[in-house]
Amino acid sequence: MIQFDNVHKQYSDGTQAVNGLSFEVEEGTTTVLVGPSGCGKTTTMQLVNRLEEPTEGTVYYDGTDIQELPATELRRQIGYVIQDIGLFDHMTIAENVATVPELKGWDDDRTDERVDELLDLMGLPPEEYRESYPGELSGGQQQRVGVARALAAGPDVMLMDEPFGALDPITRENLQDEFLDIQEEIETTIIFVTHDINEALKMGDKIAMMNDGELVQYDTPAAMLEAPATKFVEDFIGPDRTLKQLRVLQVSEIMRTEVPDEHRDVVDAFDPADTVMADGGELIPVTPTDSAQVALSRCIQAGVRALPVVEDATVIGVVTEEDIRGYHADEIEATSE
Amino acid sequence: MSDLISLLAETWAYLLANSARFFELLREHLTLVFVSEALAIIVAVPLGIAATRNDRVNSIVSGFGNVAQTVPTLAVIALAFPILGLGFLPSVVGLFAYSLLPILTNTIAGIESVSDSTVDAARGMGMTDWEILRKVRLPLALPVIFAGIRTSVVLNVGSAYLAFFIGGGGLGVWVIGGIKLFSTTQLLAGAIPGALLAITLDGLLGLAQRRLGTETASDRTAAAA
Repeated sequence: MIQFDNVHKQYSDGTQAVNGLSFEVEEGTTTVLVGPSGCGKTTTMQLVNRLEEPTEGTVYYDGTDIQELPATELRRQIGYVIQDIGLFDHMTIAENVATVPELKGWDDDRTDERVDELLDLMGLPPEEYRESYPGELSGGQQQRVGVARALAAGPDVMLMDEPFGALDPITRENLQDEFLDIQEEIETTIIFVTHDINEALKMGDKIAMMNDGELVQYDTPAAMLEAPATKFVEDFIGPDRTLKQLRVLQVSEIMRTEVPDEHRDVVDAFDPADTVMADGGELIPVTPTDSAQVALSRCIQAGVRALPVVEDATVIGVVTEEDIRGYHADEIEATSE
Repeated sequence: MSDLISLLAETWAYLLANSARFFELLREHLTLVFVSEALAIIVAVPLGIAATRNDRVNSIVSGFGNVAQTVPTLAVIALAFPILGLGFLPSVVGLFAYSLLPILTNTIAGIESVSDSTVDAARGMGMTDWEILRKVRLPLALPVIFAGIRTSVVLNVGSAYLAFFIGGGGLGVWVIGGIKLFSTTQLLAGAIPGALLAITLDGLLGLAQRRLGTETASDRTAAAA
């Protein structure tokens, strides 16, 4: 979908922001550009909608050199969300969201319908928020509008530059979760910039880690955690790499559908009616989409060695502490081979 | 105190006795103000916009502006005289030149006060430079530009008194005439309506500005805080 071919970007003051970048963003995936401040991740993103032009090399959009596409036309195909949100304070929420449809010359009915649809999607009831002004909204609500505005004309590609970076941790977490849900519906190719490795691991199908204008590693979150390419990647991920691995590992990948005899007690003790152990302990079951980290945390919390895996109020298997630990041991074996 | 009241009563009587002449002078005064102000707006707003789009224009405009600010009003009017002679036209030119500055500086300040993130977002969504100016920068700068026009109008009402010196007419005729003839009543009959005029115009423009202001969110947040 988007391809970088040996792209260099040097600013007029001599700063080499991007240095020989080659990689491809696959259609329909979320690719996170992550790295420390000044690593060139934002510049890389802005090369896609021609807010920056490469000094050398080529960026392809759907196989076409983007230099051959008119900049304003290209940008109208690409959703753009920035950390500072940048809503137009003199326009209502509806007018803000309608910006790109209006630039594209959609008729009013189509635009209105689309605006309502997006406000609904972002959890901002249109009848309440259509006529509000950005200054009346909280930061989290403003960024919801920012995302709605970027999605308005149904872009093929979304560029998101630390979109949740300026929000408080709880709002950020909520917006990340909501955006993950939305992303499944819209099937847009997303390039997401962040300096937060946790956000990168959570949001990304693929992670492109950058340092000093160069691509250090381009991999899935699991692969990157499993095998950091360099010392830099390892350091950037942090000392709790194994725990982070458990976060990207889903319970469904390690659960047993055959319940071993020694863990039959936790399954028997599970009462779907009140989702706690019959003896009143603090055991909370997990779902197949929970992370292994959650499962381990609950094991430790309840002082047990296994947890029932529950879907639609039915026990479909168990996940054991042993298996969680065992998964990591397998990894070590696999890498040392 | 009673002196003052009797003076005001005499002024009122003078105004009533010379009402035809008063309205003629007032009309001249207002014409000077409105014509020069309208020209100033027509020139200063586009010039201010040009200054924000081109660094060279900006340095020329602000350099000129800073010098112009130090030149007294009377000097501007006096300068118009040798070039354009006496009468209405040189007066309008002088007042126009003096009214430009507040509008120009506020236009530049207003447009530059629009945050970079707002402009980045607009550009990133595919607005052309012209669309960014028309749909984003100008509407957001409007309250500030309007404040400049308001300042300029009030200054202009005061400066128009000096048009008398080059035969431009206006209420200055009575004020300067009054000084020369030691006629306080005539002086006040020219001065007080001018002061009231300035206050009234300022008030009206202030109302209009608030109306503009409520349409921008910065004022809304300020009001809410």
